[in-house]
Amino acid sequence: MNPSLAAPKPAAGPVLLVVATRKGAFLLRSDPARRGWRLSGPLFLGHTVHHGLLDPRDRRTLLLAARTGHLGPTVFRSLDMGRTWQEAVRPPAFPKAAEGRKGRVVDHVFWLTPGLTAEPGVWYAGTSPQGLFRSDDAGATWSPVPGFNDHPMLEKWTGGEQDGTPEGPKLHSILVDPRDPAHLYVGMSSGGVFESRDRGASWAPLNAGCLADFLPDPHPEYGHDPHCVRLHPLAPDILYQQNHCGIYRMTRSEGRWARIGASMPKRVGDIGFPMVLHPRDPDQAWVFPMDGGTVWPRTSPGGRPAVYGTRNAGKTWQRLAAGLPKGQAWLTVKRQAMSADRHEPVGIYFGTTNGEIWASRNQGARWTCIARHLPHVYAVEAVGLRP
Amino acid sequence: MKVRIPAPLRSYTRERHEVEAAGSTLGAVLGDLERRYPGIRFRMIDEQDAIRRHIRIFVNGEQVRSLQVPLGAADEVLVVQALSGG
Repeated sequence: MNPSLAAPKPAAGPVLLVVATRKGAFLLRSDPARRGWRLSGPLFLGHTVHHGLLDPRDRRTLLLAARTGHLGPTVFRSLDMGRTWQEAVRPPAFPKAAEGRKGRVVDHVFWLTPGLTAEPGVWYAGTSPQGLFRSDDAGATWSPVPGFNDHPMLEKWTGGEQDGTPEGPKLHSILVDPRDPAHLYVGMSSGGVFESRDRGASWAPLNAGCLADFLPDPHPEYGHDPHCVRLHPLAPDILYQQNHCGIYRMTRSEGRWARIGASMPKRVGDIGFPMVLHPRDPDQAWVFPMDGGTVWPRTSPGGRPAVYGTRNAGKTWQRLAAGLPKGQAWLTVKRQAMSADRHEPVGIYFGTTNGEIWASRNQGARWTCIARHLPHVYAVEAVGLRP
Repeated sequence: MKVRIPAPLRSYTRERHEVEAAGSTLGAVLGDLERRYPGIRFRMIDEQDAIRRHIRIFVNGEQVRSLQVPLGAADEVLVVQALSGG
């Protein structure tokens, strides 16, 4: 297995941002220079859309993970860039339990991940409560991954359905090794990071070195709270995570997380939700710190929002706040709400819970607000369009 | 029999407020509704065959909680979805 893959040329075309919000989805499309942006939508106004993605393999298929008020969860799909939509014929759902036994119920689909280019039509979905699902037909029908959902340790790993985020425990950060479609990682809030090398048939915890300071044993085998886990697409043995207890990096062969957030400024700390990686350089990454002190306000520390970036795998961090509000800005950026494009220099984008989308086309050196007054933003995903 | 559909589910019934479905139990009627309007059932009934929280189903004005309730052709089914939250 190759340790790293050849770097593709930087992208040059327009960028599409798929913005998922608490009240529907929106699309933001740039010009090729990424200076001008055009907002369209809402799509599915009033539906809660937790995640939305344009399939990078065909740049035509759009999937939205949605629920509607008190109606059940579903996945909406478009095969023509959002012009027409169909609902999944069989949305993610747990199997019906045997008579007399309590079965699990999907509350909402939280996370979507497309498979590899070599597996067109394959998608994975993570749900709340924690479940893993797979589609082989571009999101039309979804099947449970029983090796995960029925794992005898699942309840111990997750702590049960009462543990997790205020909106329910989540399975997120589904990562597929670009060299091997059978090699998967997932993150669970709560539960930790887990790895499968056989396409989801068996799983093992991957949390050594990561802190869980809210548990009696702060270094358990599982029970951690990763907020966002990333795998570098060209150096897939390099993993990063923004965790409830700091920022971490792992070289897979070492099998141990190192807390690279320890070098963040102490007054800012290393708590946050999202993390994004440079598409070509595995030593560069960006985070959006939040206040994780006292009762966890989860807003920008001191009301002064900033992205922090590293160019040396977390040895040092640089504050990147030019153009962002200088004070009294109590922003929160959720775990799917920050994304990077593949241009040179890299464009970085984030959406806030107060409905703003911010963009930088120079790796965070300067920020511009490209949309405001949107609903509470859950996710922002950047995909390059053809020039 | 007649089944009255709440506004959030009318995207499935081509905006019709009232549709026809057949069956000898509520479960069978909802199954027939699903055949006619694919996708509608899962948004009311979860994968364990429970009526979703905040969905209410009435038969001839009386709330029912089980899909096993027997129904006749003259019965009228009303589906209600609570509107709550901000």
